[in-house]
Amino acid sequence: MAVAEKQPVTGAGPFNGLLTWVDQRFPLVQLWREHLAEYYAPKNFNFWYYFGSLALLVLVLQIVTGILLTMHYKPDAAQAFASVEYIMRDVPGGWLIRYMHSTGASAFFIVVYLHMFRGLMYGSYRKPRELIWIFGMLIYLSLMAEAFFGYLLPWGQMSYWGAQVIVNLFDAIPLIGPDLALWIRGDYVVSDATLNRFFSFHVIAIPLVLLGLVAAHIMALHEVGSNNPDGVEIKKNLDPKTGHPVDGIPFHPYYTVKDTLGAVVFLIVFCVIMFFMPEFGGYFLEYNNYIPADPLKTPPHIAPVWYFTPYYSILRATTENFMWVLAAGLIAYSAMVIAAVKINAVRIAVVVIAALLLVGFFTLDPKVWGVVLMGAAVLIFFGLPWLDQSPVRSIRYKGWLVKGALALFVVAFFILGYLGTQTVTEGRTLMAQVCTLIYFVFFLLMPWYTRMDKTRPEPARVTWQGAH
Amino acid sequence: MTHFRKLLVALLAAPALAIAAGEDVTLDRAPINEHDLISLQRGAQVFVNYCLNCHGAGYMRYNRLEELGLTTQQIRDNLIFTGAKVGDLMKIAMDAKDAKEWFGTPPPDLSVIARARASPAGSGADWLYTYLRGFYRDPTRHTGWNNTVYREVGMPHVLWQLQGEQVLKTEERALPGGRKEKAQKLALEKPGTMTPLEYDKLVADLVNFLVYMGEPAKRSRIELGIYVLIFLGVMWVLAYLLKKEYWKDVH
Repeated sequence: MAVAEKQPVTGAGPFNGLLTWVDQRFPLVQLWREHLAEYYAPKNFNFWYYFGSLALLVLVLQIVTGILLTMHYKPDAAQAFASVEYIMRDVPGGWLIRYMHSTGASAFFIVVYLHMFRGLMYGSYRKPRELIWIFGMLIYLSLMAEAFFGYLLPWGQMSYWGAQVIVNLFDAIPLIGPDLALWIRGDYVVSDATLNRFFSFHVIAIPLVLLGLVAAHIMALHEVGSNNPDGVEIKKNLDPKTGHPVDGIPFHPYYTVKDTLGAVVFLIVFCVIMFFMPEFGGYFLEYNNYIPADPLKTPPHIAPVWYFTPYYSILRATTENFMWVLAAGLIAYSAMVIAAVKINAVRIAVVVIAALLLVGFFTLDPKVWGVVLMGAAVLIFFGLPWLDQSPVRSIRYKGWLVKGALALFVVAFFILGYLGTQTVTEGRTLMAQVCTLIYFVFFLLMPWYTRMDKTRPEPARVTWQGAH
Repeated sequence: MTHFRKLLVALLAAPALAIAAGEDVTLDRAPINEHDLISLQRGAQVFVNYCLNCHGAGYMRYNRLEELGLTTQQIRDNLIFTGAKVGDLMKIAMDAKDAKEWFGTPPPDLSVIARARASPAGSGADWLYTYLRGFYRDPTRHTGWNNTVYREVGMPHVLWQLQGEQVLKTEERALPGGRKEKAQKLALEKPGTMTPLEYDKLVADLVNFLVYMGEPAKRSRIELGIYVLIFLGVMWVLAYLLKKEYWKDVH
């Protein structure tokens, strides 16, 4: 395309010339229009729709503070702990940057969990947004990896033993486990070699993946358009004159100013925590982590940081007795699937897989199945777009069955999270097992209960009471 | 919808009911005032005199104590007993290997001990305050001392000349309903050079200093936090008005 073919940029005053020059060499105006000025978003976004932009804000915050911390942090087992205290004491403003980063880590998970819950409530993963959801889940997985690698860096007792416990999980994998764990650690125990590679993953490898996935997540979103609390497609109602959705408003300026307000409110909460309670009662910065890592002293109670505790609970809930419950559940579920599908090949496949799993349940160590269940608990989210068979997207038009299931799931998730911070007792393990079952049943029975659910008809247009 | 919300809130509160019982040791509340400079200065003095021989404070610099209202010269004259320069870290000369042989485990660095000792049972200050007042004579221990908070601790009672010697007495207490409970209680057997009240004050000052040393930036943190929140408050008003103005024409 010849340089002169594109229209000159107007409306930017003294910058018209410069922007025209750029636009004729780069799709500047096109990007601006497609993603901001002429990206039409539903006008009925509510409270839950702040957390996407907030996640982006926290990502930027983590990257910027991370860059600054890397200037003073030393990824060396002999110096790491001291270098963090050096940042906290001798680097001007270092304490502020460090607290921003440590508070930001927890804030990231809070924001992302709320963002995911929004998706669950309003069916944001439903067709045609399956890929947005999948990219989002990959972001969540990367975020977990990022947090896990980063948590080793302060080289405190909890950093060290947390990493030790998690890496040892890979040990449980049959055949390749021990070699795999050794390969991850780079040593027979978590050591300087482990710290160095975790640092490398934390500051460059995972952030690169994260940024790429975030870009893909937003591109996929802008391709199909945003969902909304009513779960109705705004693109079905186009203004005949303009061709834009009647219930849509341009992202910029409407949602840029609204998200700015959201960002300020978020920052107020963030700063109250960061400035006045940066440890957040031992949940954001664990007390034990102020003791330098000591490979010879195992702390009496090892618990991961709060955002991993639901999965940690599922891992610990998988005891030898629980295998019987799992086996019974597997048989019942296989029967349900076989009754539901009509294709014989699928039925045979289900029987074979179930038989293999049953043999595995009682030949392999329950610890292996704990690891499998923990992994499955995260991965099962990927299946949501296909598990949910409800005729409506949004919780607003779903019936009591689905609402109850979601409420139960959220409660189970919270209880698992709480139990993961606590030591093990018989009662707690039983409770964790019940919650683990609820967790999986929520997903596995979804194709059935979403069909049985009594839904109300979706409205033709979004519900909206006008500007507040 | 509202019923659903109520149910959700009620169910979310359920985990709070499941909270378990606390630790077995009850900690005394440390009577410290982080703004009391005299107390902090005295704590620093006790720290360098009694602690900074076996324990280091390897992340803390001597001249940071200027924040406690001391001059460089005062720090040099009163708080540095070694050849250290005033800008040096508060390190000790004891070799970690020797220390391990003498005490069973090398005495930990105390820079962040007040943060490390916090737990659901109490703050780090509470733990230290109870610990430093919890030593008692125990002939079965190689040091001759034991501790109510930290059982079989490797550290001897460094402040014993000040506090005197305590012993642990087991008392039987009658509970309502005819049951009996065994309670262990510390009793001062040989008084030291200080009265119990004076000793408690000395420990409180030392703990106050240890808390300060755990996070010297705490004061600037809280001060800056107030300014940042005021700024964000103003930003909130502006952002709110801006949003309202733009959204006027969304129908």
